[in-house]
Amino acid sequence: MNRVRQFKPEEPWQAPEEEPIVRIENVTKRFGAFYAVDDISLHIHQGEFFSLLGSSGCGKTTLLRMLAGFETPTSGQIFIDGQDVTNIPPYERPVNMMFQSYALFPHMNVADNIAFGLKQEGMAKSERQDRVAELLSLVQIEQLAKRKPHQLSGGQRQRVALARSLAKHPKILLLDEPLGALDKKLREQTQFELVNIQERLGITFVVVTHDQEEAMTMSSRIALMHEGRIEQVDPPRRLYEFPSTRYAASFIGSVNLFDGYVVQQDDDQVLVQCDEADSLLQVRHSQPLVPGMAVTLALRPEKVRVLKDFDEEAPNQLRGQIKEIAYLGDVSIYHVQLPGGKWVQFTQPNVQALAEQPLTWDEEVTLGWSANSCGVLTE
Amino acid sequence: MKLKPGLPPARNLIIAVPWFWLALFFLLPFLFVLKISLSEPTLAQPPYMDLIREIEDGFVTLVINFSNYQLLLEDSLYLSALWGSLKVAGISTLFCLLIGYPMAYAIARSPVHWRLPLLMLIILPFWTSFLIRIYAWIGILKTNGLLNNLLMGMGLIDSPLEIMHTPIAVYIGVVYNYLPFVVLPLYATLIRLDLTLLEAAADLGCRPWKQFLLITLPLSMPGVLAGSMLVFIPVMGEFVIPDLLGGPNTLMLGKLMWTEFFSNKDWPLASSLAALLLVALILPFVLLRHFERRAEEAST
Amino acid sequence: MKRRMPLLISILLFGYAFLYIPIASLIVYSFNESRLVTVWSGFSTKWYGELLQNDQLLGAAWLSVQIAALTASLSVVLGTLAALALVRFRRFRGRGSLEVMVTAPLVMPEVIIGLSLLLLFVAMETVIGWPAGRGMNTIVIAHTTFAMAYVAVVVQSRLAHMDLSLEEAALDLGARPLKVFFTITLPIIAPALVAGWLLAFTLSLDDLVVASFVSGPGATTLPMVVYSSVRLGVSPEINALATIIVGLVSVAVLIAGFILWRQEKRNSMDSN
Repeated sequence: MNRVRQFKPEEPWQAPEEEPIVRIENVTKRFGAFYAVDDISLHIHQGEFFSLLGSSGCGKTTLLRMLAGFETPTSGQIFIDGQDVTNIPPYERPVNMMFQSYALFPHMNVADNIAFGLKQEGMAKSERQDRVAELLSLVQIEQLAKRKPHQLSGGQRQRVALARSLAKHPKILLLDEPLGALDKKLREQTQFELVNIQERLGITFVVVTHDQEEAMTMSSRIALMHEGRIEQVDPPRRLYEFPSTRYAASFIGSVNLFDGYVVQQDDDQVLVQCDEADSLLQVRHSQPLVPGMAVTLALRPEKVRVLKDFDEEAPNQLRGQIKEIAYLGDVSIYHVQLPGGKWVQFTQPNVQALAEQPLTWDEEVTLGWSANSCGVLTE
Repeated sequence: MKLKPGLPPARNLIIAVPWFWLALFFLLPFLFVLKISLSEPTLAQPPYMDLIREIEDGFVTLVINFSNYQLLLEDSLYLSALWGSLKVAGISTLFCLLIGYPMAYAIARSPVHWRLPLLMLIILPFWTSFLIRIYAWIGILKTNGLLNNLLMGMGLIDSPLEIMHTPIAVYIGVVYNYLPFVVLPLYATLIRLDLTLLEAAADLGCRPWKQFLLITLPLSMPGVLAGSMLVFIPVMGEFVIPDLLGGPNTLMLGKLMWTEFFSNKDWPLASSLAALLLVALILPFVLLRHFERRAEEAST
Repeated sequence: MKRRMPLLISILLFGYAFLYIPIASLIVYSFNESRLVTVWSGFSTKWYGELLQNDQLLGAAWLSVQIAALTASLSVVLGTLAALALVRFRRFRGRGSLEVMVTAPLVMPEVIIGLSLLLLFVAMETVIGWPAGRGMNTIVIAHTTFAMAYVAVVVQSRLAHMDLSLEEAALDLGARPLKVFFTITLPIIAPALVAGWLLAFTLSLDDLVVASFVSGPGATTLPMVVYSSVRLGVSPEINALATIIVGLVSVAVLIAGFILWRQEKRNSMDSN
C-alpha cells in the first residue's frame, strides 16, 4: 500500500476538452430485478491504467463485459474513441480482453493462440509470424512457442494470455483479475511488469480487481464500485487520504470515523464538535461548510500519535485505555476504548527491536493528530 | 446466450431441428399407439380397421372400440403379465443394488489410478452384444450346461439343477445385463461424497458402520434412485431376457406384446398392451425426473 | 479404512468374476471341436471357418454395420444440437418438452419404441407415401431416435464443463459466432462427439427389438439372425462370432486406453 505509483505531471483526466478513449454515459445493466450496474457515467483517458475496484457482486465485471461487448447495457451508451459501440458485437470492437481464467485455447499451441486474432483479421502468414515473435519476446516466453497451454505454469499462461490480447493492437486492453490466479510472490513481481508493458506500449488498460493493494500499486486512477454504483474515482493517493464516502473510507485500509457537526470554519480550517472526543476536532477542508452541518471525520490509524500530556487548549485529542494489542512485526495495532465506550485504533511502527517503555494493556493514553491528517466525509 | 449477437436464426435452428425430430419420431408415435389400441383387428395389411370410416358417400363415422382394454382387464393373463413384469423388475432392481452398491463403493474408495480401469471393466461387457451376453448364460444354466457339469463333477449334486426356463434364470440374466446401470450412477454420487463428513462423524464418536448408515447411505440416495429407475423401467418392458431364459410360464408384458404382435398379428391388442405398459411406467419416470432434479440441485 | 480393504477387494473380485466368467466361457468353447458346446472334445478353429462361410450371417453383419454407421453419424449431429440447445440456451419455448424427449428414450422399453414407430411409419406410408416399404431407412430413423438421446447426454456433460470464456475470448479476438463454433467449440467437445458416435454405433449394432418391429422383409440385421439361431439352441458358430466381437471391442478399448495413458504421461512429463 505504500508504493503509490508516481504519475506523470500532465494528468489526462484533468484536460476536459480532450475526447476520452472510453466514455460511459448513464449505463445501467439489469438482470431481472437486480441492478448489476446502476446508472454509471465514467470517462477513461488515453494511456491510463484504470482500475475498477470493489468486492464481488459490485458490478465491476459486468461493466468490463459491457466494454468488451459480451453484455449489452439495459440503457445508456458506451463510446470508444468517439464511436458509439453500445450495440456492436465483441468481434467488431477495437478492444481486447485478458480473461480471469486466461481462456487459452487448449487445442492450440502458444504461437497459434497468439496468432488467433491476427488470423481473424486476415493478416498474411509471414507478417503474422513476425508479430507473434515480437509478442513472444515482449512477454519473454520465446522458448515456449510450440507448447500447449496445459504444459505451461500459471505464470507462463498469464503471459500468453497477455500476449494474445495485445496482438491486435487494441485501443483498450481489458483485464479481468489479471493477477488473481497467481500466488502472492509472483503477483507482486508481475504487477510491475504489467505496468512496464503498459507504459511502453501506451495502450489504455482497464483492470477489474478486488485486491486493493493491487489497484493501489498499478493504477493511475481507481473507480471504487459498490452495489452497482461508483463511490469515488480518484488517483490511489487521493482515494486513500481523502475518501469521500464512508464506504470508500472503510473499504481501503482501516479508518476511525467520528460523527459530529461543524462549529466554525476559518479559511480552510474547520472545527468540529464530536461528543465522543475530549476536545474539538480540527481539520483542513477547502470546500465551504455551513456551521451546524453534520459531518463525519475519517482518521487513518497510522496518523495517530501518542502524546505525553493532555492539553486543555489544543484540538484533536482523545483519552482512553489500551484494550487490545496486535503485534504484526513491522507495526503494532492498538485498540483503545474511550470513556464513552467508542473504540479507536492506531498503529505504531516497531522502531526498535526492544522498546524501552512499550505501550501495554490497560495503559491510559492520550492520542493526538494534526489537522492535515484527517478527511471530511459530507455524505 | 453466447451465440446470440446477430444470430437468432442459428439459435432457432439449433433448437428446432432436434425438437421436431423427437416430436415426430418419439412423441407422435405414442398417439398412433393410442389410436390403434382403440381400433378393431382385421385380416388386412395393415391388420386393423381405421377409426374414421366412410359408410356411404360423404358420410363419415368414428368408431371407437374399447374391447381391447376390456379384454386386458377381463382376461387374467394380462394382469398377471403386468404383475409378473412388476415382480421381475422389482426383485432384479433390488439384486442389482445389493451387488452394485458394494462394487460402486469399492471402486470409489480404491486408489485414484485404479478407478478408471475398474470403471472401464464395468462398462466393457456393455459394449459387447446384449444378445450374446444372454446366450452365454444359456450355455451355463441349461440342464447339461457348464454350471450343472461343474457341480456334478465336483460331486455337490446328483441330478442337474433346473435353472434354465425358470424365474431364477430371468433374474440372473437381468441382473447381469443391467448391473452397469446401477454401478455408474452410484459411483458418480459416491465419488462426490466429501470424505471429511465421515471424519467429522468419526470425530463426533460414530463407528464405521454407523458412519455408513447415517452419512454415506443417505447422501448416496440420489444415485440409488437414479440407478433403480435405470433398471426398473426398461426391465418392465424387457422381451429378450424372458424370451430366451424364461419358461412358458414367465409372464411379462414385453414378451406378451411381442407374441400378440408377431405371432397373433393382433396389432390393436399389442397397442393396448403398450399403452398399459406406458401408464405403468409414467409414475416411476416422473419420480426419476424429480430425484434427478434434486440431485442436480444438491450437486451445485 | 485399512481394515475394510480385504472386504472391498473380495467384493470387487466377486463382482468382476460374475461379469466376466460368462464371456470367458463363450470364448473358450468357441475353440471346441464338438458341436455340443458344453462338452470339451479338443481344440479347433473350425467354427470360425464355418462362420466365414455363412453368407446370411455375413450379409446381415454388413447391413448392421452400415445401419450403425449411418445411425451414429445422424445421432451425433442431432444429439449435439439438442445438447447445445439445453446447455447454452437457458430459456426458450419448448425447453421442457425437449428435456423430456431427450431423457425418455434412455429408459423407454424397446418394445414400445419399436411398436410405436412401426405404427407411425405405416400411417405415414398410407398418408404421404413415405417411407415406401420398410427396411434400412426406417431402422436408421428408429435407431437415431433413441441413440441421439445417449449422444445428447454425453455431449451435454462435456459442454457443461467447458469454460465459456474460451468462446468469449475467440469472439473478443474477432472471430464470428459460426467460426467460433467450428474453430473453438467443436475441437474442444470432439472427445465427447467421438464417444457419442461409438456409443450410438454400438447401440444400433446391438439392437434386436426395435429393428424387428420397423424392419421390412428385405432387411435382416445381425441381431435378428443371431436371435433366430439362438432360439434354435446353442451353436458354436455363435460362440465364434461372440469371440470376434469381444476381441474387436477389447482391442478398441485397449487402443483408447493406451492413447489416454500416453496423453496423461506426456502431460505429466511436460509439466515437470
